[in-house]
Amino acid sequence: MDRIAQAFARTRREKRAAFVAYLCAGDPDFDTSLAACRAVLDAGADVLELGVPFSDPLADGLTNQLAAQRALEGGMTTARVFELVRRLREKSQVPVIFYTYYNLVFAHGVENYVRAAKEAGVDGLLVLDLPPEEADEVLAACTKHDLKTVFIVAPTTPAARLARIGAAATGFIYYVSREGVTGVRDQVAANIPEALARIRQHTALPVAVGFGISTREQVRQVARVADGVVVGSALVNVIKDNLANCAGLPARLRIAAAELVSGTA
Amino acid sequence: MSAAAKPTHVPADQLPDAAGHFGRYGGVFVPETLMTALAELTAAYQQARVDPVFQQELRHHLKEFAGRPTELYFAERLTQHCGGAKIYFKREDLLHTGAHKINNALGQALLAKRMGKKRIIAETGAGQHGVATAAVCAKFGLDCTVYMGAVDMERQALNVFRMRLMGAKVTAVEAGQKTLKDAVNEAMRDWVANVRGTHYILGSALGSHPYPMMVRDFHRVIGQELREQILAREGRLPDEMVACVGGGSNAIGCFHEFLSDKAVKLIGVEAGGRGIRRGEHAARFEGGKLGILQGSKTYILQDPDGQIELTHSVSAGLDYAAIGPEHAYYRDTGRIEFAYATDDEVLEAFQLCSRHEGIIPALESSHAIVHGLKRAKALGKDKIVIVNLSGRGDKDVQTVQRLLEQKA
Repeated sequence: MDRIAQAFARTRREKRAAFVAYLCAGDPDFDTSLAACRAVLDAGADVLELGVPFSDPLADGLTNQLAAQRALEGGMTTARVFELVRRLREKSQVPVIFYTYYNLVFAHGVENYVRAAKEAGVDGLLVLDLPPEEADEVLAACTKHDLKTVFIVAPTTPAARLARIGAAATGFIYYVSREGVTGVRDQVAANIPEALARIRQHTALPVAVGFGISTREQVRQVARVADGVVVGSALVNVIKDNLANCAGLPARLRIAAAELVSGTA
Repeated sequence: MSAAAKPTHVPADQLPDAAGHFGRYGGVFVPETLMTALAELTAAYQQARVDPVFQQELRHHLKEFAGRPTELYFAERLTQHCGGAKIYFKREDLLHTGAHKINNALGQALLAKRMGKKRIIAETGAGQHGVATAAVCAKFGLDCTVYMGAVDMERQALNVFRMRLMGAKVTAVEAGQKTLKDAVNEAMRDWVANVRGTHYILGSALGSHPYPMMVRDFHRVIGQELREQILAREGRLPDEMVACVGGGSNAIGCFHEFLSDKAVKLIGVEAGGRGIRRGEHAARFEGGKLGILQGSKTYILQDPDGQIELTHSVSAGLDYAAIGPEHAYYRDTGRIEFAYATDDEVLEAFQLCSRHEGIIPALESSHAIVHGLKRAKALGKDKIVIVNLSGRGDKDVQTVQRLLEQKA
């Protein structure tokens, strides 16, 4: 069993949802980011979703845009993102998913990128602007190099597309609980259970829910119905708020993440 | 992937394919949230394009509101100045709101009405598309928000005021380099968040399918008129046609009607900026490579990792890192050739055209003039060159004044 399947199998045995933590790779610089990733893993994250910083993140809200900008200004490159994963793998077997944009994958040649990601220790690939309809090359490379794929389902996704998305995904399904870009919201959507039931008719893969989940209570609500809960902006905001105190940042992030993780039980 | 392999010939009316591909270019590269909206838009447009009622209504507004047809104008004194081929201008600058952009804004606004969408969003670079969109929204009573880079808002302040006068909300985009590309990102984010009740009027032949096809189709009227006009005037087709290319909507609208007339040379002119050095220009075919940006696979100025590079052009409307996918396709087939004009050449042509013809061209269109004049000089007096004068330069006079003072 691969690391992603293992993580979800374990949390299912433990009768809780997996906590999927999102951080932007290299935010605000390589060393702080490495410490930040380790902090959320220490706090009990079951899956680490690493945003690969892109100059034009059109599916991201301001929090993640600024994180990507900080990372790029901090010298992040494709090679350094792979290096970050290699460093994480020294101490952790938690599955790592790349949350990225297609041009970054395409620029180095799809197969080269997928092979390099796998070699670095990446487990799965979520390409925000790559629907299954355009994904043949990526799917073939991922099959060849045994990298899992994650696809998004949105509230606007009709039943007819669910089968296609279910067929393309091999890691898990990421249900975006809100129309809109990433970011903190006051309330989580009420219709999540119905949406998950709809998705599960088309796939046996775990379904994680994300976008707009930022408090322990929201995590708890979503964890009751989903296999995984994705928290991003709330963690990225901890980094943003502690930029002047990079030494103390990991400890603060660990506390914030642990609080959120406790909502999954 | 070999760039040298020439694609097999596909008739122009069969492009793009059903999935929005022009050969290896184009396609649908967007977040999942937009997939359904784009499919609905494609279906609605496919119905509208063959609906005589829709087409008649569009023709009516193009005539009565936009001022079509536009004239084909013989630029007599520029012709004399060059001493070669006859130079004609297709006068899209005479259209209401000052540029060809109104053709597409009208078409998409009518389509939005037909789809029952009451809210319109748009991006704008130079402001011409934003002004056109604001105008059609005022006319049809639609709510309008225009995203514009903060840098562009400063260099095109008059157009910002025009949009606001017509009731549009103009939102400054502070992300990235604060120009057209960043405005597109922000408009797409808005659309992702408000997709059910909102139509996004994308302003160029760019982005995800169906936009490159739909925007092209709404501008094809330029080439259709041109063909009749030059035949009536000269009894034959032109030897060469020149248009500027940012995303490429005026160029593809102008050229499409002539794609199968192999004797007519078609030339797109990109922004050479301060010269072809990284970050100093926006000529995608000079140093760009294949990639994916904002919905489409095409030529893009990017670094080796795929990060989108900064661009520069004196004209906000051409200051964009990607080119429309259909242009990339016809560059591969060799049917459309590409050149570039630098900021300095553009400033000179801007003044030359103003002095010799009494026509102040947009800085974007001045790129086409630069190359049109070069071609006219190189060709004999029995030849004909048509330059698509895509917009008027009123919006640019302050910019040019400042640049000329800096030079003096």
